[in-house]
Amino acid sequence: MDLGAIQPAVFTAAIIVSATPILLAAIGELVAERSGVLNLGVEGMMITGAVMGFAVAVTSGNPALGFLAAAAAGAGLSLAFGVLTQFFLANHVATGLALTLAGLGLSALIGKPFEGMKAPPTPRLDLGPLSEIPYLGRALFAHDPIVYLSLAIVAAVWVFLRLTRGGLVLRAVGESAEAAHALGYKVVRVRLLAILFGGACAGLGGAYLSLVRVPQWTEGMTAGAGWIALAIVVFASWRAGRILIGAYLFGGVSVLQLNLQAAGADVPVALLSASPYLVTILVLVLISARGTHGAPAALGRIFHASN
Amino acid sequence: MIALEKRPQPSRGWTAGAPVIAVALTMLAGGALFAALGADPLEAIRVIFWDPLFHPQFAAYSRPQLLVKAGPLILIAIGLAIGFRAGVWNIGAEGQYIIGAICGAGAALAFYPSASPLIFPLAVLAGAAGGFAWGMIPALLRVRFGTNEILVSLMLVYVAEAVLASASSGLLKNPEGMGFPGSRNLAQWEATANPELVAGTGMHWGVVAAFAAVIAAQVLMARHILGFQIQLMGAAPRAARFSGVNAARITLVSLGLAGALAGMAGLFEVTGPAGQITIDFGSGYGFTAIIVAFLGRLNPIGILAAGLLMALTYIGGELAQLMLGLPAAAIQLFQGMLLFFLLAADVFANYRIRIGRREVG
Repeated sequence: MDLGAIQPAVFTAAIIVSATPILLAAIGELVAERSGVLNLGVEGMMITGAVMGFAVAVTSGNPALGFLAAAAAGAGLSLAFGVLTQFFLANHVATGLALTLAGLGLSALIGKPFEGMKAPPTPRLDLGPLSEIPYLGRALFAHDPIVYLSLAIVAAVWVFLRLTRGGLVLRAVGESAEAAHALGYKVVRVRLLAILFGGACAGLGGAYLSLVRVPQWTEGMTAGAGWIALAIVVFASWRAGRILIGAYLFGGVSVLQLNLQAAGADVPVALLSASPYLVTILVLVLISARGTHGAPAALGRIFHASN
Repeated sequence: MIALEKRPQPSRGWTAGAPVIAVALTMLAGGALFAALGADPLEAIRVIFWDPLFHPQFAAYSRPQLLVKAGPLILIAIGLAIGFRAGVWNIGAEGQYIIGAICGAGAALAFYPSASPLIFPLAVLAGAAGGFAWGMIPALLRVRFGTNEILVSLMLVYVAEAVLASASSGLLKNPEGMGFPGSRNLAQWEATANPELVAGTGMHWGVVAAFAAVIAAQVLMARHILGFQIQLMGAAPRAARFSGVNAARITLVSLGLAGALAGMAGLFEVTGPAGQITIDFGSGYGFTAIIVAFLGRLNPIGILAAGLLMALTYIGGELAQLMLGLPAAAIQLFQGMLLFFLLAADVFANYRIRIGRREVG
């Protein structure tokens, strides 16, 4: 096996590309969970975003339109979750599972005619001299705009949750919906907005998979990425900054296992291809063994104003 | 102003009626979907729900398929429902199903080509043990470390798929298979064959096990103290703790039971309808069984009916593919919609609708 063939700059760049879909989905879910909503439909919203982004990008020839459509599709699907959990007061876990199952079916249906097609290339963002810096330029400053957008979203969510009034309201709703309601905040409205934001982010993440990372459409292509995003929210103890660490850690593991497979490492292929999932389990165990600090107190609880 | 008022107790009528409403709404929405796909909606609904049972030409083939498909769905859903009742969310039945099939097939193939009548029972036990062990992983992690069982059980589905890929092209590969991946055909080996027991019904040992599981689960939930504790833990965890219910024990029991049942379902499938361990052995029964469990109201008898209905949509979906050219994914979406409508209809079981001005005070 020849690990020397792995170039650090290319390797770092690959980690970033591999982490971005999960980063986007996880930061969206983080906002939803901080408002007290446990949406297990991330996988379904992601794959719907993947197929809608791909379909629109291929038909219009414009990847930017594809990403917009993906965000809209993710948000649209999350609206179904929002209506069911906020107005019909349905169980969050069951509704999220329904969303994932429906999203997988919907995406397979929409994607059928697009199988085997190639996505139009997403151009890199021209950062001028920055991308010419040896090593660093190739690793950090030669990406497409979505990579930087995902980082900007993480920063914005951090600022929003930590420093703004809106963020404080959202957190209050997530910690105690009854108290927030008594203070006159619109619990349902805040949660719906958080759900829609989560859906749009998951849709974007899905489109990043089908338009940049892979880049083509195959049925079931998210392969658990949405579930890993959910695990990363737990790993991050519901803090925006730590989402970044979790997503890049995961990106590192998946790129490393692909490189090891390609280099013909003396490890069973099954173990390598299962490694992202095994690492996720391991991380979840380590985090939970320490005690799950930071979970919003009202997470997954149904709120009904007349109570 | 429309307001919801919480019922002191869920309405029994609505709890039983919600699935019927959900099926009706799904037919309406599904009809619209099929119309959008260019098929006559009424014809599509007829092909899916009526023709598999009564079509003069196809029914002879498709009617037995009803039990073949319903068997694993019911067997898995019975186990899942017990966990869901206790608030233990095992959504990794697909992985337990795959591992059960691999363990059972592996145990049997170790004795190839013996024709001993003990091999099939051994394979069933090994399948149940495999599924049990796979279900124990999230159970033990939850009990010991408080790890979220939803995520762990789901992650283990992908791990099981990796194991399946490895087993079908490595450990269990047919040495006489001319290099093709896939195990020996267990349905054609006398010692493991799980054939149709009564010609023309589709009834195989897995279906028998499913019916037995329905009865056993009904007795457990309605008559046994464990069943009461399971329901208490799901409905009121605090009250359960004060009354001495051992939450760790219930978690282990419900995940272990669900795993063992899913593993058995996998074993019956690999020795019967599927025939061999191949890379695409996992067919999604473990996920569809989640819908079956909810549609059956987490009640064993309800699950029996829901499993048959869901099996009907599978067969009807295949028929619609054949006769109307509807894509296979349309049925998957159809099944997902069913769960959506069911969850929406459930609001009427738990809440009363009040129309009029909301009183302030």
